[in-house]
Amino acid sequence: MKTRTFWRHIKESFKSIKRNGWMTVAAVSAVAVTLLLVGSFIAILMNVNKLATDVEEDVSVRVYIDLAAEEEDQEALQQNLEELDEVEQVVFSSRDDELSQVIGSYGDEFGLFDGDDNPLYDVFIVNTAAPEVTSDVADQVEDMNYVADVNYGGATADRLFEVMATVRNVGAVIIVALIFTAVFLIANTIRITIFSRRTEIEIMKLVGATNWFIRWPFLIEGALIGFIGALIPVSIISYIYLSGFDTIMTYLSGTYFALLAPNPFLVQLVALLLTIGVVIGSVGSSLSIRKFLKV
Amino acid sequence: MIEMTNVYKKYPNGITAINGLDVRIDQGEFVYVVGPSGAGKSTFIKMIYREEVPTKGNVKVGEFDLVKLKAKKVPFLRRHVGVVYQDFKLLPRLTVYENVAYAMQVVGKNPKQIQKRVLEVLDLVGLKHKVRMFPNELSGGEQQRVAIARAITNMPRVLIADEPTGNLDPETAWGIMDLLEEINNQGTTIIMATHNSDIVNRVRHRVLAVENGRIARDQEEGVYGYEN
Ligand SMILES: Nc1ncnc2c1ncn2[C@@H]1O[C@H](COP(=O)(O)OP(=O)(O)OP(=O)(O)O)[C@@H](O)[C@H]1O
Ligand SMILES: [Mg+2]
Repeated sequence: MKTRTFWRHIKESFKSIKRNGWMTVAAVSAVAVTLLLVGSFIAILMNVNKLATDVEEDVSVRVYIDLAAEEEDQEALQQNLEELDEVEQVVFSSRDDELSQVIGSYGDEFGLFDGDDNPLYDVFIVNTAAPEVTSDVADQVEDMNYVADVNYGGATADRLFEVMATVRNVGAVIIVALIFTAVFLIANTIRITIFSRRTEIEIMKLVGATNWFIRWPFLIEGALIGFIGALIPVSIISYIYLSGFDTIMTYLSGTYFALLAPNPFLVQLVALLLTIGVVIGSVGSSLSIRKFLKV
Repeated sequence: MIEMTNVYKKYPNGITAINGLDVRIDQGEFVYVVGPSGAGKSTFIKMIYREEVPTKGNVKVGEFDLVKLKAKKVPFLRRHVGVVYQDFKLLPRLTVYENVAYAMQVVGKNPKQIQKRVLEVLDLVGLKHKVRMFPNELSGGEQQRVAIARAITNMPRVLIADEPTGNLDPETAWGIMDLLEEINNQGTTIIMATHNSDIVNRVRHRVLAVENGRIARDQEEGVYGYEN
């Protein structure tokens, strides 16, 4: 393409956007509304997912060390634990640490057990790489030497993981379905606006324009409509997310729950929405004019 | 220059509009295409710029073999054949100036050349003062003149006009006719389908009478020959 022709196409698409008046407004609004829906759902579902993950990650396997274990037995056990593939981290917590934690949460009635009266065990707190393997790890640890007991929340934790898996799958399905709906709706709006211009396209063909000469301005126009249409939900969602994030995080402070940080999550969401707008706008319009080009 | 041999055109609905037509038109000729309604005049004309493709037979326009011509090459044929349609076919969202300029942008001419030439042809058709208007702000005759300006702006070797005076009053029709004469005098082949007996009988040129999809009469300096 000659540079001159390239600039002509750019100019032409801006002119067309202006002259198409309400058709442009209609297309831009359709894109904006659809992407607002998609964007909000993604923001909500991804954060629900994040909170679910936070809950799951809080689940760890507590390995109670047999009182008979000597120091080297304990070291051997730690090594065995660390050698398990699914294990990410092993933290030692002495019976004194455990006691002071219990006292911290239940009060001083336990104060009577001091020093050698302490009825608690030394504990290894084992974090697994993935929450789903927690019960497997617990089973394996149970058979190791000098393990007095293993605890990971058992049935409750398993149930939690099941619920979370469902929430996650349903969320993923909804997001995919929403993106499909958005693609369909935007492409359709553009198809309708272009349908009203099919005689124009036919005339261009009859005057000797090549398909690409006709296609470029439509493609650029579609991309611009998609971009402008995406800017609106992007600003709304960014504004709400940024202010909502601060408020909610204040409530969550001190817990192990956290929302997805605006950077990178919001940045990625914005990029996704803009990309959907631009790609569907341009591809949608160039596909829509295809059948009118056969003159 | 334009040559059709043993051409047939059957539309998908089963109507055979052209039924074994042979004709040869040389560069620089002025040809009227006459005949009853439904005889196949428009179909004949559409096959010259390949809006329709013959079912059988050969069509040659200059160096273009229209039967073998790939869809991709059709735009290049159309740049050599200017067409004036009965319903004008102007781009409604473009001004008079832009409509004519469009045909030149398509070819990749530079803006300077385009500006000069567009104003030149609009001057020729007498519409230089209305360059900024949109088609729907013009009368039928004015729109037809814009269509002619657009058709000739790239200096095509052939100018085709399907009933260019069809819905114009006699005076405007004569104005259009003068314009076509002038263009023909500059060496452009003109092929004009018409029902206007007055024009055909007074400004004598070759007459092709089409009936039932065939050339029924081919007459130099011919007459219209039908009752209207
Ligand atoms: N696109 C089409 N599809 C099907 N049939 C068509 C089509 N165009 C024309 N025809 C048929 O072909 C025949 C010739 O039509 P054509 O338009 O060539 O006639 P014409 O000589 O131009 O008539 P008129 O003087 O009324 O313009 C007619 O019977 C018409 O019904
Ligand atoms: Mg006709």
